Order: sequence, then structure tokens, then C-alpha cells
Amino acid sequence: MIKLKMGERFAALRNREIASLERRLFLRQGLSMGALSLLAGCNVTDEVGVENALRKISSWNDTVQAKLFDPKRLVEEYPASAIVRPFPFNAFYDEDGIPAVSAADFSLELAGLIRERKPWSLAELYALPQVTQTTRHICVEGWSAVGQWSGTPLRHFLERVGADTSARYVGFKCADDYYTSIDMATALHPQTLMAFRQDGDVLPAPNGFPLKIRVPTKLGFKNPKHVRAIFVTNEYPGGYWEDQGYNWFAGL
Amino acid sequence: MSDARTGRLPASPTIHGRIVRLTHWLNALAFLILLLSGWKIYNASPVFAFRLPSELTLGGWLGGALLWHFAAMWLLALNGLLYLGHGFLCGHFRRKLWPVSPAAVWADIRAAFSGRLAHDDLSVYNAAQRAAYIALILGITLLALSGLAIWKPVQLAPLVQLFGGFDTARVVHFVAMALTLAVTAVHVLMVVLVPRTLLAMLIGRLPTVRSPQ
Ligand code: HEM
Repeated sequence: MIKLKMGERFAALRNREIASLERRLFLRQGLSMGALSLLAGCNVTDEVGVENALRKISSWNDTVQAKLFDPKRLVEEYPASAIVRPFPFNAFYDEDGIPAVSAADFSLELAGLIRERKPWSLAELYALPQVTQTTRHICVEGWSAVGQWSGTPLRHFLERVGADTSARYVGFKCADDYYTSIDMATALHPQTLMAFRQDGDVLPAPNGFPLKIRVPTKLGFKNPKHVRAIFVTNEYPGGYWEDQGYNWFAGL
Repeated sequence: MSDARTGRLPASPTIHGRIVRLTHWLNALAFLILLLSGWKIYNASPVFAFRLPSELTLGGWLGGALLWHFAAMWLLALNGLLYLGHGFLCGHFRRKLWPVSPAAVWADIRAAFSGRLAHDDLSVYNAAQRAAYIALILGITLLALSGLAIWKPVQLAPLVQLFGGFDTARVVHFVAMALTLAVTAVHVLMVVLVPRTLLAMLIGRLPTVRSPQ
């Protein structure tokens, strides 16, 4: 009952106010101290200094979260009856901006600290061993939805292509120009998947066709869709939202 | 009456110690930041069928609000632990917040409404104050615990279960905010009605020399 209402609500939300609000806000409004400076009756002149301080604390929060992360702790799985349908669409653009990726032309590029960097076709990827998980996707905005994804554990793939799993980061580049990155410990977590299927079907376009990285131990924006390149690096790769101020680790 | 050697007035008795004053004002600051940034975060995906006034929020956009929220949580938590540690270990709670009985609280609330509640000795909290302060301490504790649950629902899964799931924990976090804010509003109103208490919480004592007892 509550789930249904929530589902309706975020569908409505995405489509109306919030979507437009975020589009406006993503042109960075800064950290406007609005209410606080009003209350203090002063102008906060040093917004850059405040922002720098807050970002330092945010990267301290990254460190704390990496320590808190237990690579063996599994995310709770849900019964199929908990799956939310249709699964909410969420991106930094509207549904008309969903990239049309051609299955025939698709190839997954590999780069960075990886031994075998030959590109992978979709047919080759589909032939990899797959597992299924029914887990909760939690958005940074606060809503959440249970979904079901099938695919290859990223760990299996990274080991298969000879990635340097002692490196610090795994980064992803997407067909919609989205990009993000995760820590190696999370990349090797048994439930971090290269998802090719959702809810029994080929991954639908709004949900990331043909490849989504499903990271159930992180917030939704760390689950890139339409992934076209994977790279391994020791240099902090950042991310689309992370570069604007979202916390990088974003662990659950 | 002045001190013969220094020529200064004798110090009036301490009403609030240094640690209580320091932690009180840091807590008020942390609470304000968490409250206003929290409202912005709430607005990104409201649990209930209403939004909070955007002009009153902190952070400019969701990412900014989250930066504030997850910075101020450290101030609230560390400062809160110092306050609680001091309160329990140094006898502050036992001396000032205990005992408190429902009958005494009720009697004091009625006395307050009829304007008969005495405030002559600021170093002793009346029963209504004790109840309010205990409620605020519990409210902030609940806020911190439910906040931890929705911040780390995987690593702290047992805590989420305690709250009955992720969605319920969000509701608990919001309701704890609303209740704590309501008690705080009454608290601040009382301070406005008896402004001497504010001075005592700021400088620790009242500047006027009290007649020797
Ligand atoms: C601007 C807002 C605030 C003002 C002006 C204020 C003022 C005061 C004053 C004057 C006292 C001492 C009362 C007395 O001596 O009779 C006091 C005590 C207290 N206040 Fe506040 N306060 C504020 C915000 C808060 C907030 C947000 C909280 C917690 C949510 C809080 C929690 C407490 C507690 C727990 C005490 C008792 C302290 C102790 O003795 O351990 N206050 N406050």
C-alpha cells in the first residue's frame, strides 16, 4: 500500500517540479546560505571558503565510509512481490533524452590498468555467467524502489580481463555522457553486477540498455546506465554529480 | 560589597558550567544547520504530501544541502557525545535533570500557565524544564539513530530493521525532527519569557550580585 503510493509519488515527482527544479539547479547555484545568512542578518561573502570546507568534510566522509564498508556484508534480497513496476526512470535529462544504443554496433571499451583491453561485443558479454538479484535501489533524493537485475558479477569480469584489482578506482563512461567511479573494494563486492537484464527482460532503454552497473551498496547515481567504457585507475576519476558536489563514496 | 584585595564585586554563583554552555550553543548551531539542510533534502522527494518552504532551506540545491547535512552531523554527534559524557559522568544530569515525575511536570505546566511558576533560583530546573530537556536529548538521539539508519542502510542493516525498514526509518527521522522542533520552539519561547535565563546560558551566571544567603 505504502509502496504503491510511493511509486505514484516519485513518478509524479520526476515528471514535474523536481525534474525541472534539478535541471535549473544543476547549473550550480552554489551552496547558498540563504536562510542561515538571513537569520544571522548578514551577507555570507566567503561562499567559496565555505564550499571548500564542506567539500573537505565530504572527502573525510569518503574515508569514513570506506572504513565502514564491509566487503563481505551482503545487501538484503527481497521477494519478487516487492519489485516496483514500472521501475522509476531517473537521469539528469528527461525521457526524451534517453540514448538510443544500437545492440549491433555496441562495444564495451576497456582502458587503464587492464591487461586484455580488447573491446567486448554484446554477444560476448551475454555469454558470460550471470546471476540474479532482487535488491533495493536507493536514490540520493530519498526515494527507493526494489528491482531485479541479472548480469555478471563485475569482479568476475575484472578478473577475467586481467584488471589490476589492487588499483584504487574503477571508472565508467556512458553513452549519455554520464560518468562515475567507484572504489575497488565495492567493485569487487559479490553483489556488484554488470547488469544486462532487468525484471526478466533485456535491460529496457530507460533503465540503461545495454549495460548498467548495479551497485546495491551505493546510492542510485553510482549505478551508471548505458555504460560503454570501463577503466581501472589510481587517479581519482570523479563523476558527473560528484564533480558538482554529491559525496563521492555514497555508500549505503 | 567589593572584594578588599581586587576591588571587584564578588563573583555571583555559577548557574551553567563551561561545558554545558559550550555544548548547548554548538548543539543549537548544529541543529539549525541540520534542520534547514534537512528540509531541502526532504523537498527532493517528500515522504508526505507537502513540501517545506524552500526559502527557509539551506544549501541552494540537493547536493549543497547534503554537504551541509553530512558536515553538521559530525558537529552534532561529537558535541552531543561530549555533552552526554559530561552529563552522565560528572553528575550533571543527576543533579539538574533528575528526578522528574509526571505529577511534578503536570503541576509545573499548570503553574506556568497561570503565571505562578517561580524562577528565583536559575540553578535549579523546574519539573517542566527537566521534562523538556530530557525530551530534547531523547529527540536528538532518535534523530541521530534514524539518520544513521537511512545513511547506512546496508552496513547498519540491523538498525534499519529496528526501525521497521528503510521507508519507516525515513518517516521516523522526519517525525523525530518535527517533535524535537516543537519542543525546541516551546523551549525558546520560555527563554523569551524569562530572558535572564539566556544571559545565564551565555555567560554562566547572572551579573548582578546576589545578596548573601
Ligand atoms: C536559539 C535557540 C536556543 C536558545 C535561545 C536556547 C536557550 C537555552 C537556555 C537559556 C537554557 C537554560 C535554561 C535555564 O537556565 O533555565 C537552555 C537549556 C537547554 N537547552 Fe536550549 N536554547 C536553544 C536551542 C536549543 C536546542 C535546538 C536544543 C536541542 C534540541 C536545546 C536544548 C537544551 C537543553 C537540553 C538544555 C538543558 C541544558 C543542561 O542543563 O544540560 N536548546 N537553552
